[in-house]
This record gives sequence, C-alpha cells and structure tokens, in this order.
Amino acid sequence: MSNFFKETDIDTSQAEAIVTETLKNCDDGELYLENHKSESIVLDDNKIKSSTYNSDQGYGFRAVTGEVVAYSHSNDISKESLRKSSDNLKDTLKSKKGTYNHEIPKTNNKYYENINPIESKTFDSKIDLLNSVNNYLRSKGSIVNQVTANFLGEHKSIEIIRSDNQVLKDDRPLVRFNVSVVLEKNGKKETGVYGVGGRQSYDDYLKDGSWKDVCDEAFRIANVNLESKPAPAGEMKVVLGPGWPAILIHEAIGHGLEGDFNRKKTSAFHNLMGQQVASEGVTIVDDGTLHQRRGSLTIDDEGTPTENTVLIENGILKNYMQDRLNARLMGTKSTGSGRRESYKHVVLPRMRNTMMLSGKYSQDEMISSVDKGIFAVSFGGGQVDITSGKFVFNCTEAYEINNGKIGSPIKGATLIGDGPSILKEVSLVGNDMKLDPGIGTCGKAGQGVPVGVAQPSILINKMTVGGTKL
Amino acid sequence: MIRDQEFLRDIASYCIENSKKLGATDVGVKVIHSVSENVSFRNKKLDESNRADSFAVNLTTYIEKKKSSINSSDLSKSNLEKLIERCIDATKITPSDENNSLPDKDLMSKEIRDLNLYDETHYPNDKKIEFLKNVEETASTDEKIVNTEAGFTENKNNFILANSNGFLGGYKTSNFSSSCVAVSRINGAMERDYEFGSTRFLKDMMEPEEIGKIAADKAIKKLGPKKIKSEKIGVIFDKRISKGILSTLASAISASAVARGTSFLKDQINSEVFPNSINIIDDPKIEKGLGSQNFDSEGVETNSLKLVENGILKNYLIDTYYGKKLNLKSNGRSGGTTNLYFENGTLSFKDLLNSEKKFLYITETIGHGGNIITGDYSVGASGFMVEDGELTYPVSEITIAGNFKEMFKNITLANDLEMKYSTNAPTLLINQMTVAGK
Repeated sequence: MSNFFKETDIDTSQAEAIVTETLKNCDDGELYLENHKSESIVLDDNKIKSSTYNSDQGYGFRAVTGEVVAYSHSNDISKESLRKSSDNLKDTLKSKKGTYNHEIPKTNNKYYENINPIESKTFDSKIDLLNSVNNYLRSKGSIVNQVTANFLGEHKSIEIIRSDNQVLKDDRPLVRFNVSVVLEKNGKKETGVYGVGGRQSYDDYLKDGSWKDVCDEAFRIANVNLESKPAPAGEMKVVLGPGWPAILIHEAIGHGLEGDFNRKKTSAFHNLMGQQVASEGVTIVDDGTLHQRRGSLTIDDEGTPTENTVLIENGILKNYMQDRLNARLMGTKSTGSGRRESYKHVVLPRMRNTMMLSGKYSQDEMISSVDKGIFAVSFGGGQVDITSGKFVFNCTEAYEINNGKIGSPIKGATLIGDGPSILKEVSLVGNDMKLDPGIGTCGKAGQGVPVGVAQPSILINKMTVGGTKL
Repeated sequence: MIRDQEFLRDIASYCIENSKKLGATDVGVKVIHSVSENVSFRNKKLDESNRADSFAVNLTTYIEKKKSSINSSDLSKSNLEKLIERCIDATKITPSDENNSLPDKDLMSKEIRDLNLYDETHYPNDKKIEFLKNVEETASTDEKIVNTEAGFTENKNNFILANSNGFLGGYKTSNFSSSCVAVSRINGAMERDYEFGSTRFLKDMMEPEEIGKIAADKAIKKLGPKKIKSEKIGVIFDKRISKGILSTLASAISASAVARGTSFLKDQINSEVFPNSINIIDDPKIEKGLGSQNFDSEGVETNSLKLVENGILKNYLIDTYYGKKLNLKSNGRSGGTTNLYFENGTLSFKDLLNSEKKFLYITETIGHGGNIITGDYSVGASGFMVEDGELTYPVSEITIAGNFKEMFKNITLANDLEMKYSTNAPTLLINQMTVAGK
C-alpha cells in the first residue's frame, strides 16, 4: 500500500480538506492518486534486447457538474500543485451549481491478491526463462527464423479521495508473457503469436513447464500459416472458434453498449434498449468479478465495486455499461465500469471481461452445416465505428470450409460486419465457452485498459471476408 | 509555465554523474517537461476541460556492452537516486550484446538550428471556448447533423537529451490542434466524420468555420451508403489515408525490421520498389514542420534523406543499434521518420478521377490489416464510387485487399500534396485491388 503523502509537504487530512472544499458545489468528483510500477524485459534476435523499469506517480483531480468535466493532473503531489489544480477546476465550473452525490456502494470482495509480480520473481530467473524460450523454439529446427519473448509486469496502487473524507483503495497486480515466432520455409515467412496473463504472479502462468505450451502454440500457428493460401473475398458463412475470437463481441456489440455513446446518442444501439438485437440463444455479459482475470477489478477507477452486468439476455438488450457521470445523466446506477488508463486520463465507461455464454450446439455440428465458408480460430485485433456500427477484426489463423469439412488454412484477412445486425445472423451458439488467455488491451479515446473476452464457438450466417481471391 | 533548459539540464547532469559514480561506463538520459491544456465541446456546450503538467526522465545505463533502462515521472533527487541504483543493478546482471553502445561521437548533432518549432503564445481557455463555439456553430448548420464534438489542445514541451560522451541538447516545441467530429442522420441510420488541424504556431491554425464545415459536409456526404459487389477495381486513396502507404513503407525499411529479417522489403535496397516516377523524401529540417527535429532520439544529426529515388529504394531508416547489426552508420532515424512525403505526381486530382471509367474512392479504413513480414494487406473501408470522374454514391462495409509489393508498383500520384501532418501524401491510385463486399 502506497502512502502518497509521505515525503510531501501535505498530509492526508489537508488533501481531504482541499477535495471537500473544491467539490462543494459539484455533482461529483474525486482526487485520484496512483502509484504505478512496471517492467518490460524483451528477448529478441537471440539477445536480451531491452530491460526497462518504469516508476510513475501522480494525481488526477476531477470535478463534475451537469455534463461538464473539469480535470487537472500532475505528477507533483504537493500543496501548491493541488491548490493550482483546485483553482483550475473551480474556474472551469464557476457558473455551475451541483449537489454532491455521496453514495458509493461498499464491498468486501477481492478478486486478486495484493502482490507485486515484478518483485516476486527474480530478474535472473526472468532472463533465464527468456533464454530457455529462445533455445526451446530454435531447437525445433532451422525453419525458426526469429524468436521474440517478453515479460510485462506491473503493480498499481490507487487511492480515491471523495468529498467529506471518503477514501477508497485498491492494489492491482497484472502480468503478461508473450512469445512471437517467425518461421521460414521455401522463401515464405509467417508469424505465430501467443501469450498468457492475468492478475497473479508470472509463475502462476509459467510453472511446471507450461511456458512450453505458450511456445508450442505460437509455433503451431506460424506453421499453419506457412501452408496458407489466399483467402476468399465476399459474403459467406463464418464459424468462429471459442475464446479469443470473442473480440468480435467486444468490437461489434461491446463498444456500442458503453454508456457515454448512448447518452450522447452517437451509438448505433442508443434507441434499441429492450429490443431484440440478437438471435434468441444469445446472452452476453460484462463481468468484472472473475478471480485473477485480466479485465477484473475489485473496485473501478471511481471506487464503485464491479459486478457482472447482463448486456443482452436471450437476444434482448438489457443494460448499458455505466460510469457515475453517464449513469447520473441517464437516471441509472454505475455498473462499476468507470475506468481510466492512469491518473493522466479522465474516467470513461469501459468493458471488463465481455463474454457470450454457452448454448447447446457442438462445433462439429456447426462446421458440418456449412457448404462454403471459413472457420476462424484466432485473431489479431479489431476496431469499430460505433456510429455506423461497422466493425472489423483480423484473422491470424483461419481455414476454408468446403462441404462441411475443414480445408486448407487461409492467409490473414479482415472480416467486416455491422454491429447491430451481426448478432441476428448468429444461427448456432456452441456449448464450449472458453475464456481468452489473458492478453487483451482495449483502446478508446487514446486510453488503453486491460480487458478479457470469452465465447463459445458460434456460426454466423453471413459476413464479408476480405481476402484477395474472388 | 514550462520549465527552462537549465532546470532540465541539472537533472540530466545529476543522472549522468550518479550513474557513473555507481559504475556505469556510458549513460544516456532524456528529461522532458510538458504542459497541455485541452477544452472540449459537445453540441455547443462545454464538455470537458483538462490541464496536464507532466515530467519524465528516461535513463539508460551501460556497463561495457550491458544495458538497462528506467523511466520515471518523479524528478525528486531521492527518487532518482533509488531508481539509478536499481538501473545499475539490473545492468550488471543483463547479458552483454556487442551492438549496445552510445552513437559514434562524430555523428552527433553539433549545432541546434532554430526551426521555428516553438510559439510561446498562450491561448487562454476563454479563447479556446470562443473558437470551439464557432466550430460547432458552423458544423451544426444543416439539420441532418445531430451531434457535434469539438476540441482544442495547446501543448508546450521542453526537453534535454544528454549522454556521457558530452552530448547535450534540447529545445522547446509547441503544438496547437483542433478537431471537430460531426454525426449525421437520415432514416435512423447515422454516419460520423471529422476534420482536424495541427500546427506549431497558433496563427497558422485553420479557421474554426472551415474545420466545422468540412467535418459536417463529410458526415452528410456519407449518409445512405451501399455495400458493393466483390470485384477487382482501381482504388483511389483520399489524402487523409494515402499517407498510410508511407507509414507502411517506413515500418518495412526500418533497420530493426531489415536486420531481424522481418520485412517484405528486406534485401530490396537499390531495387525498384515503386514506379520510376516516384520519389519519397524524409526531411527533418522543414521550418515549423510537425515532424521536424534537430537531432534524433539518440542525439544523432539528422538531414534530409531521399528514401526512394525514381522508384528505387535508396535508404533504410537507421539507428545506432541496428546500424551496427547491418554494418551501416546511423542516419539519424532512431525514433523513425520526421517529415515524410511523396513528391507530387503529375496528374491533377480531376484527371486522376477521370483516368478510368470506374474507381472506388476510399476516405477511411478501419482495422490493422497490414502484415510487414509478408506484405499482405486487408482492411475494412468506406468511401464512394467514382463513375466518369464523379463521386456517385457512398460505399461502406467492404474490405480492400492486396499485397504491398504489388500495390507499391501500381501507384499513380496526383499533384495535390499538402503539408498537413508529419507524414503527407497526395491523392493516390492503386490499380487493381480486391474489394470484398456482397
């Protein structure tokens, strides 16, 4: 637990007094303090390419009245700096008057332990493991052209001081371990990437040789892609595998159900509450309470405990994801979805772990029902235009399906669809829901936050596949 | 107020001296202070005001050929002392790499030219608010516009870069940027588009009315898009996205991608990569340029480079580390390109649109579908059909795909280059790409 006011010229009670005084005519707001330590160790091209340690600390002071947000942040935690920020906020909101909402739910739940993953594994043993990864992959033969592996670990302590001395705290560990391999055969090069992570120590993910599974998976994907042929172009049936392909849900549906876009009526979903937006078998939740998952939070960055929010239930749109500001303006409650990348960023409603729940069909049933289409197993990333609803994602491992059978692997291609209508095209929902391996980062308004996704296999009746073969 | 050079220099010197005392044989350090003020508007009302005051220290220590780095935002000497110690400890146990070193002394920048990158004008928030009111007033004139958002950001930055070989340099830069996003609606379906301006000097900023009008016009034009049939067709890239072709080239000719063997342009130096009419230049010394710099992120002197001359690839983008791997000297491109652009083509925009009966004109792409290793390219797109030289109807929910190697060889440039970003390209045509739609 960090003591943010140690070695400063201000103590907690003085800071609390400034907060209370600054926010007395506001609807909401807080002083958010953050101490963030992170490390990155990269092996590339047979060498330890870089080892970097980052130490960042600062505050973001926010005052909200009506729809207006005033924000000031600095890494100088001092009386003068806080006073300056306070003046800045008061000046912005000088013509407004609000009533402070003190209500914030309490929680005794904890979804991860307060460990510092950077310190819980020695630097030497991290270097050793990276070298082992390199040797292990290169021992698979001369087709291995390039190996990159890295550790990314962090520990973040936050403290939220609200008006009238309400203080909320959280300590968040996060790790990620990635392997990328480039294979070369007959003049053709392809990449395979795989990673694991979450809110535990590195060793929880890598012990008992399970780092080898990460290597094997990266190698397998690259190897499949070496045999890939040009992807088809045009509309066809698409079977998505379980787990990580759920970034389709994240892009197609998730962003469009974030509170801000719906309050502002710029989301393609803003007038669809209570309506059928998906086939009947489709239920989608956004859950911040899964233990040790990458997207989980004990409390969000406004201090609200997270929850399991039902977004779509049996095809009907049930809830948006809300932070305090958008919830207040839409007459509802925060769903514990208020997140920010760091003290340098304002709070926005964001996803946590977005999941489509299992249905009753097997993946085999889906594939055998397709005459001509593709089977997409893994993806790179995606993007959405929330206003038009159009979204894309990039396949990194996919196969053609001919007459109900899986055929040759195909080259990476972009798939494009329309968010509000895509879920109505989901004709079969699988019984094999799987969580992703813990590697997702979601970008919105220039802010990246860790998220998770999950889904079973699904069959989509019609989607446009962006290959080169007509 | 932005802190002065002397303040930053003190911290840089402190870091170098202390690192050396603890056993570093070489040290590189950068100290930065930036102050940024942003105001945003939505539907003609104040939405957010944001003030940022940030410090950063980036320190790299070497012990012979071992290297490690730390970054911190806390400039207090007690914090730096702890972090330097941590950095040295990590350096000691990091394996050696023969290519780790500071840049050669004779390549370092010797003098700092005033490139006109700093405008000390402060644009108070009240003025920003006036500006944004005008942006949104113009943007919302047409009733089809249902939502507008506009923002104005003022940024002041000062930095010092120093190393233990005696290099020390830094200067102030400023940036003013303004944007407008407009949402249009017809029959319940919405489209969004934007306009954006970014300048070193306040007085060079676009007029607010112009920003608002362009955003609104573009959003309205996109209404009622159709999905087209899959086909092979010539694709014209609007200036907003044609610069993306240059960004791809920059990634593919970076010394890191070449040395690691992970670029589709590996071994293509001195080969014909583009049609022979094409020249590509990276010039760091343009006055007021958004990508201008006196030296690169290692302090190495940077000068104008012809990356592609008459279609032939002439230079990679080289930093010290990967330069050593390739047996090449750094050309001051640690940190990438500076002001990168295609020299103008010969056809006017109109003539380009008329050069065939039918084209697809793309104004926006979404997704990250470029693969630098294989050159394969596939992204989501929207834009317009062009028939007999006229934009006939908007198109969306399609993809365009090809391979950069062939795409590069089939480029025709218009002559409408503008220096609006740090990377700039005129409107360009790529003959024959695969469009996937219905």
